[in-house]
Amino acid sequence: MAEQLTKEDIRKEANIVYKKTEVLTDNVLHYCPGCGHGTIHRIIAEVIEEMDIQSETIGIAPVGCSVLAYNYFDLDMHEAAHGRAPAVATGIKRLLPNKYVFTYQGDGDLAAIGTAETIHACNRGENITIIFVNNGIYGMTGGQMAPTTLEGMKSSTTPYGRNIKQMGNPLKMTELVAQLPGTYFVTRQAVHTPAYVRKAKKAIKKAIQYQEREKGLSFVEVVSNCNSGWKMTPVQANKWMEENMFPFYPLGDIKVPEDK
Amino acid sequence: MKRELRLMKGNEAVAEAAIRAGCDGYFGYPITPQSEVMEYITAEKPEERTGMVVLQAESEVASINMLYGGAGAGKKVMTSSSSPGISLMQEGISYIAGAELPCLIVNVVRGGPGLGTIQPSQADYFQSTKGGGHGDYKLITLAPASVQEMADHATLGFKLAFKYRNPVMIQSDGAIGQMMEKVELDEQEERLTDDQIKEQYPWATLGKTPDRERNIITSLELDPAKQEQINLKLQKKYREIEKNEVLSEEIECDDAEYLLVAFGTSSRICQKVVKMARDEGIKLGLLRPITLYPFPVKEVARLAGQVKGILSVEMNAGQMVEDIRLAVNGKIPVEYFGRFGGIIPSSTEVLEALKQKIIGG
Ligand SMILES: Cc1ncc(C[n+]2csc(CCOP(=O)(O)OP(=O)(O)O)c2C)c(N)n1
Repeated sequence: MAEQLTKEDIRKEANIVYKKTEVLTDNVLHYCPGCGHGTIHRIIAEVIEEMDIQSETIGIAPVGCSVLAYNYFDLDMHEAAHGRAPAVATGIKRLLPNKYVFTYQGDGDLAAIGTAETIHACNRGENITIIFVNNGIYGMTGGQMAPTTLEGMKSSTTPYGRNIKQMGNPLKMTELVAQLPGTYFVTRQAVHTPAYVRKAKKAIKKAIQYQEREKGLSFVEVVSNCNSGWKMTPVQANKWMEENMFPFYPLGDIKVPEDK
Repeated sequence: MKRELRLMKGNEAVAEAAIRAGCDGYFGYPITPQSEVMEYITAEKPEERTGMVVLQAESEVASINMLYGGAGAGKKVMTSSSSPGISLMQEGISYIAGAELPCLIVNVVRGGPGLGTIQPSQADYFQSTKGGGHGDYKLITLAPASVQEMADHATLGFKLAFKYRNPVMIQSDGAIGQMMEKVELDEQEERLTDDQIKEQYPWATLGKTPDRERNIITSLELDPAKQEQINLKLQKKYREIEKNEVLSEEIECDDAEYLLVAFGTSSRICQKVVKMARDEGIKLGLLRPITLYPFPVKEVARLAGQVKGILSVEMNAGQMVEDIRLAVNGKIPVEYFGRFGGIIPSSTEVLEALKQKIIGG
């Protein structure tokens, strides 16, 4: 009879097919189970490891659920005021033009309070990468309406659903910045299935690599969920996202480099 | 050190001195009466002169946050604005103070509230010296009274900012910003390289190298016990600043029986008042705070033991007078005289006020 394999036998270097990237710290994520933030953090960190640019990268955390992103990336990190990450990134990148600089922002941060900073950083063509996590809601403050909240969607400040007449329209920031001459690569991704995670990771890798070309700003929206804010189970939230968010925020590249 | 003589506006002098102090980046947004600062810097082609970066931001909110980023990277960064723009920056200034980063902010003050006027004022004294934004923090506040001091305070401001890792405010006003005087300028100081920054400022976010832990620039600490410790550390630093960095000038104070206290433009008027009073046989002196924060508390207290009364002369509704009263602690009468809305008080009206409120009172 063949000998039983022990755990130690299995955990041999030769058998390792996947391990946590060194660019993430060992700190326990504070995100709700099922939330997309953790996955998005991971793929950004993996890209930085694959590109071997840990010592040349500065990340900017926003105000929102990912305010503590600096606890998870083993990178030099700068925590910005609500909405101001693109301005903070501009200051860093202008003074450290040879470093890789990215911001990580929610929809309230990027598309409401920080609209001016976002548009102008994009329009100036700052040579940075913006990762924009659109969960259609203000997660951190307890589920209020975001600029991206869909028509009819319930939030704690639109308890009967978003009424366009009263609260205005949901904002497609990504289509908007794609119009600006300063953006080089603009794409919309998701991370709710392994296939989409792989795609999103590829997009993020390009978006960071493009900083080497010095051709302008790369902008990656990730349409994500907020099961606690949406008051759904993680599985329900992902289904709801596919059925409601994706039709309004269609996935795919919106602006690709002409010079490839 | 060899110094170069030039005839310049105050706004130009602060800009030129900042370039010479090895400033790495200027980020600003136009507003009267200080637009010459950025105009001067851009005309100087600092990218070619020293490699300094200059960028016109989309707002003062953006420019202060660009400073925040640049300061986090250990760079010498500055902005300039005037009152309404400085109000917009307050959130960012509070973050910079909370994260303990150095930077230089020039406020060429105009009259308020609101859009107010473009004429000179000192009405931002409270905003500069008491915090301005949210939370318990202090700005080191320098008050130049001449074009020469506009230049000197740029150099000094950067020095203090890095010594204490604290934002420094130059609180000037429209008169000092706009007037031309001769000014002696320091020689060009080399800008630091990234390697020098890494060595001198180990906290700077230049990229996490294997030889150190990651650097995090933040003002956030959610644990109250830790947040209290952060606040205590800040307060300790402010006490150090109060102990070490007070600057003031005393004019004709040795035998003074009465004292004027004034800074910036109003202190220039008061110099004339001292002369006029002495011509009439009134022994009047002038104390000119050069640092508004830290305030010259000891100097005021010492002179309060000597003179019979103090008049605070301000281009606002009476702000510094509160700090003088705290320092005097009720020992002698302290009164205020001022004009506001952009009006500079005349020497005759100051002398008249002294006679009515202090000498006759
Ligand atoms: C100036 C300012 N206004 C308001 C807040 C409160 N606030 C913190 S996070 C947040 C919303 C964040 O939402 P979003 O950017 O969508 O990120 P999420 O939490 O959903 O990831 C708000 C309003 C703040 N911190 N600062």
